[in-house]
Amino acid sequence: MSNYIVKPDLAVTFAGIKSPNPFWLASAPPTNTGEQIMRAFDAGWGGAVWKTMGAQVTNTSSRYSSINWNGQRMMGFSNIELISDRPLDINLRELAEVKKRYPKQALIASLMVESTREAWHTVVQQAEDAGADGLELNFGCPHGMSERGMGSAVGQVPEYTEMITAWVKEKATTPVIVKLTPNISDIRVIAQAAKRGGADALAAINTINSITGIDLDTFIPQPNVDGRSTHGGYSGPAVKPIALNMVQQVMSDPESMLPISGIGGVATWKDAAEYILLGSGTVQVCTAVMHYGYRIVEDMIDGLQNWMCEKGFQSIEDFRGLSLPKVTEWKDLNLNYKVVAHIDEAKCIGCGLCYTACWDGAHQCIHVDRVSGPIDGPVELHLKPSEIEAASRNTITVTPIPKLDAASVTTPSYATPLARIPRVDETECVGCNLCSLVCPVDDCITMVEVKTHLPSETWEERTAECLTGKSC
Amino acid sequence: MQELLQQKPEIAAIFADLHPPFQAQAAVIEADRCLNCFDAPCTGACPTHIDVPRFIKKIASGNLHGAALGILDANILGASCARACPVEVLCEGACVMHGLNQQPIEIGRLQRFAMDDFHAQGGRLPRKSYENRPEKIACIGAGPASLAAAAELKQRGFQVTIFDKHPLPGGLNTYGIAEYKLPLLDSLREIELIKELGVDFRFGVEIGTKTSLAKLEAEFDIIFIGVGLGAMHKLAVTGDQQPRVTEALQLIEDYKTGKTTHIEGKVVVVGAGNTAIDAANAAKRLGAKEVSILYRRTRKHISAFDFEYRQALQEGIRFLWLTQLMAIRASSEGITSVECARMEIGSGGLLRPIEDSTFHLECSMVVSAIGQSPMLELLAQCRDVQLQQGRVVVDRATGQTTNPKYFAGGDCVNGGREVVDAVADGKRAGAAIARLLEVAYV
Ligand SMILES: Cc1cc2nc3c(=O)[nH]c(=O)nc-3n(C[C@H](O)[C@H](O)[C@H](O)COP(=O)(O)OP(=O)(O)OC[C@H]3O[C@@H](n4cnc5c(N)ncnc54)[C@H](O)[C@@H]3O)c2cc1C
Ligand SMILES: Cc1cc2nc3c(=O)[nH]c(=O)nc-3n(C[C@H](O)[C@H](O)[C@H](O)COP(=O)(O)O)c2cc1C
Ligand code: SF4
Ligand code: SF4
Ligand code: SF4
Repeated sequence: MSNYIVKPDLAVTFAGIKSPNPFWLASAPPTNTGEQIMRAFDAGWGGAVWKTMGAQVTNTSSRYSSINWNGQRMMGFSNIELISDRPLDINLRELAEVKKRYPKQALIASLMVESTREAWHTVVQQAEDAGADGLELNFGCPHGMSERGMGSAVGQVPEYTEMITAWVKEKATTPVIVKLTPNISDIRVIAQAAKRGGADALAAINTINSITGIDLDTFIPQPNVDGRSTHGGYSGPAVKPIALNMVQQVMSDPESMLPISGIGGVATWKDAAEYILLGSGTVQVCTAVMHYGYRIVEDMIDGLQNWMCEKGFQSIEDFRGLSLPKVTEWKDLNLNYKVVAHIDEAKCIGCGLCYTACWDGAHQCIHVDRVSGPIDGPVELHLKPSEIEAASRNTITVTPIPKLDAASVTTPSYATPLARIPRVDETECVGCNLCSLVCPVDDCITMVEVKTHLPSETWEERTAECLTGKSC
Repeated sequence: MQELLQQKPEIAAIFADLHPPFQAQAAVIEADRCLNCFDAPCTGACPTHIDVPRFIKKIASGNLHGAALGILDANILGASCARACPVEVLCEGACVMHGLNQQPIEIGRLQRFAMDDFHAQGGRLPRKSYENRPEKIACIGAGPASLAAAAELKQRGFQVTIFDKHPLPGGLNTYGIAEYKLPLLDSLREIELIKELGVDFRFGVEIGTKTSLAKLEAEFDIIFIGVGLGAMHKLAVTGDQQPRVTEALQLIEDYKTGKTTHIEGKVVVVGAGNTAIDAANAAKRLGAKEVSILYRRTRKHISAFDFEYRQALQEGIRFLWLTQLMAIRASSEGITSVECARMEIGSGGLLRPIEDSTFHLECSMVVSAIGQSPMLELLAQCRDVQLQQGRVVVDRATGQTTNPKYFAGGDCVNGGREVVDAVADGKRAGAAIARLLEVAYV
């Protein structure tokens, strides 16, 4: 911990919109009503994007489903909900009321109307009259609305995105944020179109087309709407890696780069810090709030401040985008960099997961021969997993019980018997990281750099050499 | 007989499960915690080598039927063992989770979860062969060792008959294991499946007395000896003929079968093994005002497992260390007290009474729990079967005795260990007998 007494300031100005912190509620059920948003602001949220407003719709009753993993709920979450099913005038009246009572928080109106210039001009006027600090254009809704020529039907076609953004900009006096759909092959194409249309900022990502699962008794996919289902929009922790990549792509491309609000699987301050390190000015949260409520923002603020203290950052701008230069294309990576796995014998619990992983999923260079086998011998000399298991099963004896067979129990030098601590053959290890990923013990397997004494060389450099006739 | 097969409600109430079953969701959470180790140490520590991670991961995936069949394939008494095994010193004791400073995976309770579901779904034991072979095998004793041998042989198509002097099958698994671990009825339910396989059971037949071994030899190709151990050693002190001097095994059998439902007064148990503790706990739960365990040596010499000792303390059992029973005093009403002497351990570990240290301990019942004696009379009749210190000598990998027609396993071979050891012995012997007969047949 550092010597800071005053906690760092989390205030941000995002495309001209001021916000006490970078934590915004995404346009979704947690921002359905004014009453909810006011409670969220009381809990500490810095901003909120109102549940998308436009022509009133009807939702299906059954509308969510989720993926549970290893005893945890909602690792991934899916919905088939449309935009707000409340009348526009009530939403706008409440928005005006919230803005009056909470002038400091950022309040953004998310909008989606039919694709005509008049309809967009009208709704922009209405939202700004109500006092919205900015406008978010929902070009991403993956179901229901797209069938009506809205949502992702717009966000998947660069020309439409550019055209509608331009229509909105003709009218808008507040910043315009375009929310991108991930259901495309290259998100930069749409981001560039939005930028050409005059967008002030971007938000990414909306939900990903998905089918979460199928009931194996009824054969009906989830969520079940009277015996049928449809593809839903995937969100939650499962989508964060996909979203982070898309944010990075947009922020590394000069033609699409704009202030960006990062969305997708944010649940903690760590997630937020990662989005900001890749250039996000704010982050937006939906699924985590649907899971645990507005109260989660307390630790998001506290944890981010403590981390910033530790790192010596005084404001969000101090670290925003710091990781962007560290992402390059594959061809620019150093092919002469080498790491090998190192097992800490004192930490190893002898589960053998690294052994199985390296044999079946990597390069057959972890062995369980510490006691008897040849040291650093060629791979072929080592027993295969099935042979080791068979040998172990064939040791038919009475199992030693410490109390009954005192003589059979010896005190090992490590907590785990040496015979169960695997050994890495470093000459064969390619340094893929797999074993260190499957090892259940923190810091037990570390990847240690081995000096190759070769100069850094990328693939691009190497193939350039090939072209000049040198061997490669 | 039938009235025995209803557990008395008062017994059920005071011997409720020590380790209650998992609820379905808790089982899955626990199963997900298992790391799925390679060459898993828990499997190595199970005498029957149940593939622990394999069945646990099947519970996690919702394949309960597959989990149960995997357990049964290694251990035909998987349900009993799940509840009776001293898992702390077997599978769970070997679990790598200890090294993570975490609780070991609750393997026993997960195994019970899979087996309970199997029984609830009306699961049946699979056959390993559709063949019906003519060879006949006799198993003496219907305890875990014989049951495992018989099931293995029947699954492979041989003709198997089990003889037992008791009216119910299971041996100590039925009559001996503490009711709060394994109720008598659950032992029987599991054996019902072995009956369904087609194993022939003959109850109330004591081999070696009315039915001679010679007759058995004439009728059967192979004889498997699974007779366990015999009666408890006698206390051999003045007063040991009193009616309220009883054997631990008898006390346990009587409450498990519902013959005893209540015990009055103060009880003294002599000995400090697992059996002594089972008897002491039972006496206490059945109403005894005070239960004391007398042991000649100290806490660190007892043969009881540590968790059994701690359980006894929890039940409120009093331990008198370095205390030797000298005599049992009685009036016309019955036992009044026991006379004891204090002991000391001299140099070289020699145990001797301290002079003038006798004292009296008021009690009205004395239970002997100083070890079971081998079945010497019967074993001596088995032609050419060699014994060593009262134990049958066998080849460990096959269970074959020095007479190739005789195989043996369980307590009569290992001197008294666990149910799961008996099952492992029986299964190995069953497989070895099958191999022997199949070779002879060709
Ligand atoms: C009080 C007590 C508690 C125990 N608790 C546990 C526990 O919690 N967990 C655990 O794993 N183990 C426990 N054990 C040990 C376990 O019960 C035994 O290791 C196991 O039952 C041995 O099986 P077996 O087949 O060798 O013999 P037994 O179970 O002893 O079976 C032998 C059978 O042979 C029959 N028999 C004997 N002689 C003849 C004859 N001449 N003719 C016909 N039939 C005959 C007997 O009637 C009996 O049914 C306990 C033992 C005792 C005494
Ligand atoms: C290390 C790794 C390498 C992969 N390489 C390829 C590849 O060369 N070609 C390919 O078509 N897919 C490749 N894949 C993708 C997989 O085939 C698969 O589509 C993907 O992992 C999703 O499946 P899963 O997550 O259920 O395993 C690779 C995946 C991994 C994890
Ligand atoms: S880093 Fe990869 S190749 Fe090296 S030991 Fe680990 S799993 Fe095997
Ligand atoms: S995965 Fe880790 S704990 Fe398990 S055996 Fe390998 S090094 Fe040891
Ligand atoms: S040792 Fe423990 S964690 Fe490993 S497979 Fe066995 S039960 Fe699972």
